[in-house]
Amino acid sequence: MPDTPHRPHPAAPLTEQPHSLAAPLTPAAPHPAEAGHAPAATHTATRRHVVQGLGTGAAALALGSVATAPAAQAATNPPAHPASPTQTDTPRFFSPAEFALLSAACERIFPADAQGPGAIALGVPHFIDGQMDTPWGRGELWYMQGPHRPDAPANLGYQLPYSPQQIYKVGLAGVIAWVQQTHQAAFETLAPEVQDSILTALEQNATQFDALPAATFFEQLRSDTIEGAFADPLHGGNRHMAGWLMMGFPGARGDYMDWVDRYDTPYPYGPVSIAGETADHG
Amino acid sequence: MAEKTLPPVDVVVVGSGWAGSIMAKEMCEAGLSVVMLERGKRRSTARDGAYPSSLDELEGAVRYKLFQNPAQTTVTVRNRSDQEAVPYRRLAAFLPGAGVGGAGLHWTGVHFRAPPQDLRLRSHIIERYGRKFIPEGMNLQDYGVTYTELEPFFDKAEKVFGTSGEAYTVNGKPTGKGNVFAPDRSDDFPLPPLKDVYTAHLFRHAATEAGYHPYAMPAANASQPYTNPYGAQMGPCNFCGYCSDYACYMYAKASPNVNIMPALRRHETFTLRSNAHVLKVLLDSTGKKATGVVYQDAEGNHITQPAGLVILAAFQFHNVHLMLLSGIGKAYDPASNTGTVGRNFTYQNITNSTVWMPPTRNTDQFIGSAGGVAIDDFNSDNFDHGPLGFIGGSPLWVNQAGVKPIAGAKAATPGAPRWGSAWKKAAIDTYRHSFTINAQGSNMAYRDVYLDLDPTWRTSYGQPMLRMTFDWKDNDIRMNRYVISQLANVVKALGAQDAHYGMREPGKPFDVRDYQTTHLCGGAVMGDDPKTSALNRYLQSWDVPNVFVVGANAFPQGMGYNPTGLVAALAYWSAHHIRTQWLKGNGGPLVAL
Repeated sequence: MPDTPHRPHPAAPLTEQPHSLAAPLTPAAPHPAEAGHAPAATHTATRRHVVQGLGTGAAALALGSVATAPAAQAATNPPAHPASPTQTDTPRFFSPAEFALLSAACERIFPADAQGPGAIALGVPHFIDGQMDTPWGRGELWYMQGPHRPDAPANLGYQLPYSPQQIYKVGLAGVIAWVQQTHQAAFETLAPEVQDSILTALEQNATQFDALPAATFFEQLRSDTIEGAFADPLHGGNRHMAGWLMMGFPGARGDYMDWVDRYDTPYPYGPVSIAGETADHG
Repeated sequence: MAEKTLPPVDVVVVGSGWAGSIMAKEMCEAGLSVVMLERGKRRSTARDGAYPSSLDELEGAVRYKLFQNPAQTTVTVRNRSDQEAVPYRRLAAFLPGAGVGGAGLHWTGVHFRAPPQDLRLRSHIIERYGRKFIPEGMNLQDYGVTYTELEPFFDKAEKVFGTSGEAYTVNGKPTGKGNVFAPDRSDDFPLPPLKDVYTAHLFRHAATEAGYHPYAMPAANASQPYTNPYGAQMGPCNFCGYCSDYACYMYAKASPNVNIMPALRRHETFTLRSNAHVLKVLLDSTGKKATGVVYQDAEGNHITQPAGLVILAAFQFHNVHLMLLSGIGKAYDPASNTGTVGRNFTYQNITNSTVWMPPTRNTDQFIGSAGGVAIDDFNSDNFDHGPLGFIGGSPLWVNQAGVKPIAGAKAATPGAPRWGSAWKKAAIDTYRHSFTINAQGSNMAYRDVYLDLDPTWRTSYGQPMLRMTFDWKDNDIRMNRYVISQLANVVKALGAQDAHYGMREPGKPFDVRDYQTTHLCGGAVMGDDPKTSALNRYLQSWDVPNVFVVGANAFPQGMGYNPTGLVAALAYWSAHHIRTQWLKGNGGPLVAL
């Protein structure tokens, strides 16, 4: 008797609540409060407010059309093909200057090399762009109430007032200005070795952008780059599962009954994605 | 926001995880009307564990789909009581669940019984090593219940959970398999052990060669199709590797949702309300009797649910939080070492070591289950602590529950590059050719490690947050370092190319930024003495006898094993005594003061 009460069952529903406060018993009919996304109007207004508060109102104007997290949309209505090709050109959250810096920095963190494609070919910058318009990107999965104690010991965890969106807005603006000041150029136009030295300086917390330590920005960027390289392609990165092919991860196969005790034999099957894409090489 | 009072019920159960589901089922079987209040959403395997959409590492393990959202409620943390605690703003070190099934929906499924000596650890240590062996400042205590008393309830829980494992002895008779340190059992496991994955197989052979005693870890992952005593069906585990952090799409991992809820829903006297965040337990004017609870619903209304019996079965620290907010029992005062609510807060002392096999060998870390291979040679008091001078121990194991690529790539190799081509190559090599050995150790209770209410930060419900004061102590650091030093013998026998030994570093404080484990314990512990325990041996509040508090909050100290098996057995133990004694009495204490 698995917990699938939405299936026709002679004895169901077994326990109707006696009053109107009860939430519905069947998971097939979720409570409205469980939908996970605010109505589009509220949601857009909230984000615009956040972005304007950071002094980048122009970027906000380009954002109004995104009402639902791409991930959630894809999960309920899987595309026949990975969504990435249609998203390649126009970032939704980042300005062109921000996106150019973001892309170049991701590529140095996860470069194209003998192991396989780099962050840009994997769609990582677009993945991060898409993640900005999710509950996580808006800071709805973090406790954001004050007072904030940014000087608390580091081992007690993140204490800044910034959501992920704000970390990127403040961090990218800061790096653009800092690199302009120190190198009189845009990051993405610099030689890879110079880009690496700048990223190393960020990693080692050589400066601060408003209240945002450079290292906090770098760690967010590094973490999100890894996620974009290896998350299921439905989130916009890991295009053609090339990240999984590099790692040797079979993706959403989810069944190793026939392989669990074939010890020390290379697993022969390529990855499969949630949308059903397959890759037979690697 | 409106206020409303509902018609009374016999029992209100706070929380829908393992503890709450077991208690609700038992109370319904006793013929009582039961309202279960769950602060999170409705959840089911059909929706939250659907294939293939639920096999999504980003949603499941990175964005924490099934977990508590700190934006709604979290805790503050500090290492010492002379510091200001600050909010745990982003989930990392520990991951409490939210939603129907609680952490029981997204746990891995490791299902142990408690070692008999751990249940009476204070008495045992004094008997074997003398009273002076207990360090100053350690609040070492007994549970007040013995393994023999709990054995039928461990057995019942294994049958409900469909647990796979290998017995060592059944009714005193050796089986020729199993863990030589395991206590005797009245019956075998309901299912045979899961197969060893490759890395567990390697560990089994190396541990044998090193002279230790490996065994198949007991796992509430069905190794075969199974129907439990409630009529709930489980499918066979196919080693998909999405155990911890996910709902099991194969219905192979035990969860309250799969193993108990279908039967619970058949009771006409049972009502489940989700999105119902309990704010406090209501007491009458004497403060000695609970009259029900008040909760906030999804619309922000405050609803009073009167009840004759209140069972707190939320996550460990939420139970303690509710007791403090409600004034049930006396809050712990570390200065005088008096009061019991918040006392003996413990964690689990886990460190992870990485072993690299030669590049010709693929470790297939993506294959996984809650099974694995462990040794108990350094767990509990299975070795002579006399010359070592510390209390506690740690099993060592390969418990490969499926390593996905984001986690694999983020795993840090100390001293190695963290980005760029060199890192990328190392991350790929590590994912393909390494594996992890965990030392999951005990954590003793200390006078200055405790829970209380924070003076500054509030939850989204406007209540003071719970404050954790926690740090690693010398006894536990030395225990971990000793056990890890013994791991070298196993690694040598593995033929490993390289190894990194993860161990506690003296002077390095508890760090909330790194995931460790969600096995938080204590804070409202059981025992025989109302001066040192908030609950009697039946998990009944000493102070308010129609309140029972069920969960790992009852453990006087943290053990090396995973807590769920003991939580489930204690729930059945408590329920048995409510049914056979408390309901037949006058509603008073089951243990005379």
